[in-house]
Amino acid sequence: MATKVDPIMGSLPDEQGHFGPYGGLFVPETLMGPLAELREAYEKYMVDETFIAELEADLANYVGRPSALYHAERWSRELGGAQIYLKREDLNHTGAHKVNNTIGQALLAKRMGKTRIIAETGAGQHGVATATVAARLGLECVVFMGEVDIARQEANVYRMRLLGAEVRAVSSGSKTLKDALNEAMRDWVTHIDNTFYIIGTVAGPHPYPAMVRDFQAIIGHEAREQIQQQSGKMPDALVACVGGGSNAIGLFYPFLDDKGVAIYGVEAAGDGLESGRHAAPLCAGRPGVLHGNRTYLMEDDNGQIIETHSISAGLDYPGVGPEHAWLKDAGRANYVAVDDQEALAAFHALTKIEGIIPALESSHALAYAAKLAPTMEKEQVILVNLSGRGDKDIHTVAAIEGIEL
Amino acid sequence: MNRLNVRFDKLREIGRKALIPYVTAGDPNPQITVPMMHAMVGAGANIIELGVPFSDPMADGPVIQRASERALKYNISLRDVLDMVTTFRKMDDITPVVLMGYLNPIEVMGYERFAEEAKEAGVDGVLIVDIPPEEATELLATLEKVEVYPIFLLAPTSTPERIKLICSAANGFVYYVAIKGVTGASHLDLSEVKAKVSEIREVTDLPIGVGFGIKDAETAEQISKVADAVVVGSALVSRIEALADEPQKAKNSVVELLLSMRKAMG
Ligand SMILES: Cc1ncc(COP(=O)(O)O)c(C=O)c1O
Repeated sequence: MATKVDPIMGSLPDEQGHFGPYGGLFVPETLMGPLAELREAYEKYMVDETFIAELEADLANYVGRPSALYHAERWSRELGGAQIYLKREDLNHTGAHKVNNTIGQALLAKRMGKTRIIAETGAGQHGVATATVAARLGLECVVFMGEVDIARQEANVYRMRLLGAEVRAVSSGSKTLKDALNEAMRDWVTHIDNTFYIIGTVAGPHPYPAMVRDFQAIIGHEAREQIQQQSGKMPDALVACVGGGSNAIGLFYPFLDDKGVAIYGVEAAGDGLESGRHAAPLCAGRPGVLHGNRTYLMEDDNGQIIETHSISAGLDYPGVGPEHAWLKDAGRANYVAVDDQEALAAFHALTKIEGIIPALESSHALAYAAKLAPTMEKEQVILVNLSGRGDKDIHTVAAIEGIEL
Repeated sequence: MNRLNVRFDKLREIGRKALIPYVTAGDPNPQITVPMMHAMVGAGANIIELGVPFSDPMADGPVIQRASERALKYNISLRDVLDMVTTFRKMDDITPVVLMGYLNPIEVMGYERFAEEAKEAGVDGVLIVDIPPEEATELLATLEKVEVYPIFLLAPTSTPERIKLICSAANGFVYYVAIKGVTGASHLDLSEVKAKVSEIREVTDLPIGVGFGIKDAETAEQISKVADAVVVGSALVSRIEALADEPQKAKNSVVELLLSMRKAMG
């Protein structure tokens, strides 16, 4: 995170958090003051040497960074095309990229004198990563989670409770991630004096999309050096799954000005884009305003947000980070979608062929890489963000296959 | 002239404070909304705030969230809400109507079309909870053309600079949110409200409404002593919820609470 890429693409957002027409600050008045305070703190500490040193030490010794870059040779050979390299975010403490961000925001919370942390979670990965850092810093922690998600992610709910967090069930709306985010916002409005809201992805009002990106950009910074060391060249393509878009932007951001690098963000097509039952706002939605920013959304003709569907709880979100909306319109990144079946097939392939059980979210990126590789030359390189490990998903996969654990 | 100006001028003249009830359009069913609006006027309401249901009401507490959910069961859209105002206007062309809701339905309809249709329907003001003046340049210009007033919220966390900015962008009246929290929360601190309202008065000549946390005749009366308008929402919506299966009775219950507030406020 130390060096920012300065040129054109990476110079956004503007002062008010706009990425072209996207992003911004669409919140009730009560939050405008606290968000300004957060922005000040973030701008101050992102260039503060002591803060950076503390963050880097934690990332090294607590998270286990740098994460490995692994050449999936056997799988690449089997696919018969480009060489696939995996950025192993699954090897981080707590098993996903989410912790890169929670470590950063929690350190910021401490600097700002906040004693209580709140977070929203869908699959529970961000909730676990937040509960983890809160435990370590001795901060009170409340995680909001939809009732539907609580029922399908029992193990993570228990993990959060073990870590000392209170998991609060959200019963409004569709009882999933978007409603958990609404509820966390409501809690924040009510307890602004002592509470820091750790958003888990590059969504929400400014400065969250930029701040979370900056904390996640370590993925791309490391990968950019590692890939050149290992393959002797820049990658030809980057592939990452997109829920809210934090692991994707973390990988993409340091490459935005490398024009020769093609960029692919992979959304969840659920039962298929034609079915309408998916979570692919960039591929099949349209711009609107939700959760504090303007971006592509899944909405009906009246502007009501509609329910999303994906086998992967972490991709089950009707919006997407505003920077992705901008990269799509600017033509710098391509957004594609992979359905539940394709993701499952990739999940099994990587497990059997490389001995790595990927998260179902990451399996969407893998599935797209598997489509892309055979269309490319053997000398070409695809860099895939393996955003998390799949231990949390084995119950879901087993259930689909009719196996009871 | 905008009905809001006429109404506030008149109230000032006779030394009374405005009573502004909020209900969500389409709650508990679409048929009751217009009769409910007329009944509220009959019970002493001076301005009506009509909620536009939204799937993700981030600034609302559980009571108004559930009102949105009840209305959305009937698929009540922004267009439907405008139709309700049109119907209301056939029998009442003087009571100001302010729409309150979230930005996304308006984004989807388009600013231009929304402004024109709102004007046509007889809407006098719009309060969009999730758009601060900083993001509203285009919307403000569009509303100004048709003289539909933008109403903005002020909060306990608003700095003096923001109070100035918001008051200069607003028209009709400004709305002070009396608590840090969502709609329906309690714990109104009267002396804090009083201090903040005087602070706002130094910046603007616009009438000042106060809402969030006003639940009965007593709190309405207390607030009416310091503000120009008293906004009551969740307390009414709770009554609607309690009688959701019997809309006529729900309407009577709303009337009953408003009458008691009106009486207490003078
Ligand atoms: C492993 C993993 N990958 C990806 C995501 C999606 O989030 P984002 O798009 O912000 O990276 C999640 C969210 O829970 C996750 O757990």
